[in-house]
Amino acid sequence: MYAQPVRKEATLSPAKYEKDLLGYFYKTMVTIRSFEQMIEKFFLEGEIPGFVHLYIGEEAIATGVMANLRKTDYIQSTHRGHGHTIAKGADLKRMMAELFGKSTGSCKGKGGSMHIADFSVGMLGANGIVGGGFTMATGAALAHKMQKTDGVAVTFFGDGASNRGTFHEAANMAAAWNLPVIFVCENNQWASTTPYRTTTSVDDIADRAVAYGMPGVIVDGNDVFSVCEAAKELVERARRGEGPSILECKSYRIKGHFVGDPEKYRTKEEVQKVFSETDPIPRFESKVLKAKAMTKKELETIRNTVEEELKEALEFARTSPVPEESALFEGLYV
Amino acid sequence: MKGSTCKAVDKMRTISFSQATLEAMQEEMARDEKVFVMGEDIVRQGGIFGQFKGLPEKFGTDRVMDTPISETAIVGACVGAALAGMRPVADMHFADFAGVCFDEIYNQMAKIYYMFGAQKPVSMVLRAPDGLVNQAAAQHSQSLEAFFMHIPGLKVVIPSNPADAKGLLKAAIREDNPIIYFEHKALFSMKGEVPEEEYLTPIGKAKVVKEGSDVTLVSYSMTMNLCVKAAELLAKDGISAELIDLRTISPLDKETILESVAKTTRLAIAHEAVKQGGVGAEIAALVAEEAIDCLDAPIVRVGAPFTPVPFARPLEQAYRITPEKIAAAVRAMF
Repeated sequence: MYAQPVRKEATLSPAKYEKDLLGYFYKTMVTIRSFEQMIEKFFLEGEIPGFVHLYIGEEAIATGVMANLRKTDYIQSTHRGHGHTIAKGADLKRMMAELFGKSTGSCKGKGGSMHIADFSVGMLGANGIVGGGFTMATGAALAHKMQKTDGVAVTFFGDGASNRGTFHEAANMAAAWNLPVIFVCENNQWASTTPYRTTTSVDDIADRAVAYGMPGVIVDGNDVFSVCEAAKELVERARRGEGPSILECKSYRIKGHFVGDPEKYRTKEEVQKVFSETDPIPRFESKVLKAKAMTKKELETIRNTVEEELKEALEFARTSPVPEESALFEGLYV
Repeated sequence: MKGSTCKAVDKMRTISFSQATLEAMQEEMARDEKVFVMGEDIVRQGGIFGQFKGLPEKFGTDRVMDTPISETAIVGACVGAALAGMRPVADMHFADFAGVCFDEIYNQMAKIYYMFGAQKPVSMVLRAPDGLVNQAAAQHSQSLEAFFMHIPGLKVVIPSNPADAKGLLKAAIREDNPIIYFEHKALFSMKGEVPEEEYLTPIGKAKVVKEGSDVTLVSYSMTMNLCVKAAELLAKDGISAELIDLRTISPLDKETILESVAKTTRLAIAHEAVKQGGVGAEIAALVAEEAIDCLDAPIVRVGAPFTPVPFARPLEQAYRITPEKIAAAVRAMF
């Protein structure tokens, strides 16, 4: 039996982190942020079609968790999946092209933002169905166990998705079979337009871990160090065959549910206040600078690299051809 | 592998439908260690119809798994395991329970290959025992195959006898595309000739069970056997019926149907599922679109009335398709 979930925060000073890891943190968070800003702009200008859900403000979660994963580990993502895809190491050009609906996209223009996937890096797909990923991640973890690897599967989900039956079925199955799954809740406070606490029975989603006989850990999801350290422990225990767990990362959805959401359900002031106090990127910058773990120059170099890479990705996406009509019937059956 | 179809020259022995599917499982699990099966009440009970008896002893409970009563997690986990390189077979217990996990079937299992740009097929089989048996009434007796025929990405297999049951199940397990495999509950005890040597039955290929000259009678599953009896009744009236067993309803073997109708000039379709929106409607539409000039009589569909399956014997009897009902409907075409 596990008791109530544990609240944890980073114990190591940034100065104790390897330089490469700090660079990965910053580059990944900045890439996600800039990617999302770019997508928002081109969506509003009409160049990107479909539905788009932005990950702005939640970058530290995907970044901190993925720091502990290998290419051969699997992740299942959500409709808000760009951050997970980038952090898992997907190719930015093909990803951007997919969002533009181009034939060079990672899904050949068949998926778009809500259905982006890159199996070459173990990213088994975003999902247009809220709560669609729990059971599939559990199955991917089962495959790791059957294949006798020490691989793990991570499923990302929001506070809203924690009320799907799929969460409960998968959590029970994963625990009953002792599977290497980490259920990472991105508690961004909003289930679409509904404040999560008005439709959810508990303050902390991680409380539900107790019911399934697995450990639950709660961290500040806007602190990449806390996310990374907590995820490390849970990933390592899963690799050792000690089973599933829930990691709840407290955050806040800075943007609307989707790009174009009029956001009548909250005030701009509320959002601005939270963002200015908790934005994970300035928090990271001030921490590493204070600890003298990175220099301003190093941060700037990373920002410039990201800008270059995204420029290239954008150019690739815009100049790529749209799919031929004949592609309609391609890839339906093997 | 000897031959791709069941040949008349093969040495035969008589076994039950249940035994035939069990042999298919045994042979495929022995051939490929990626194949495993999960479902409710498999290990101790051996499946409701004994169709899994002996598998746990032979292959161990790591590959023959009792699941929680969580249909959503069963199908979802099989999808995830398939994406991670396994070849799962899921047992739905009763086809009626597919409603519980319909999202996993039609939004995940069926779509992942196409919407992610053909990165990885979902190579799995969902076995679904369906149909009328022992007055099991509304929620344990349905024939739901038409739902699944409507979903691009799935293949839907539905044998009518032990030999096809074995050959089609083996082919389904080897198939890269996701398969729904309907097996009528009343067929499990049916005995029939099955080749001794290993064979596969091709998916997507109908079989002309009996040649005839006056009318084409199309069916599948349990009702196919009723059509054989109906053809005997019709023969007494001097009507020669050509019998086509579809064996797969998606993809539909259009050529075999159209060729036969061109010869006989009449078409009747019989199935246990309700007539409205059934497989018969699709076949009738196909022939109306592509071969109406061949027809000497309006197309006839024989299907269940538009009600849930009732419990009491006289009601179930009134609901049930019989050889007499099929023969009467065909006779009226002349």
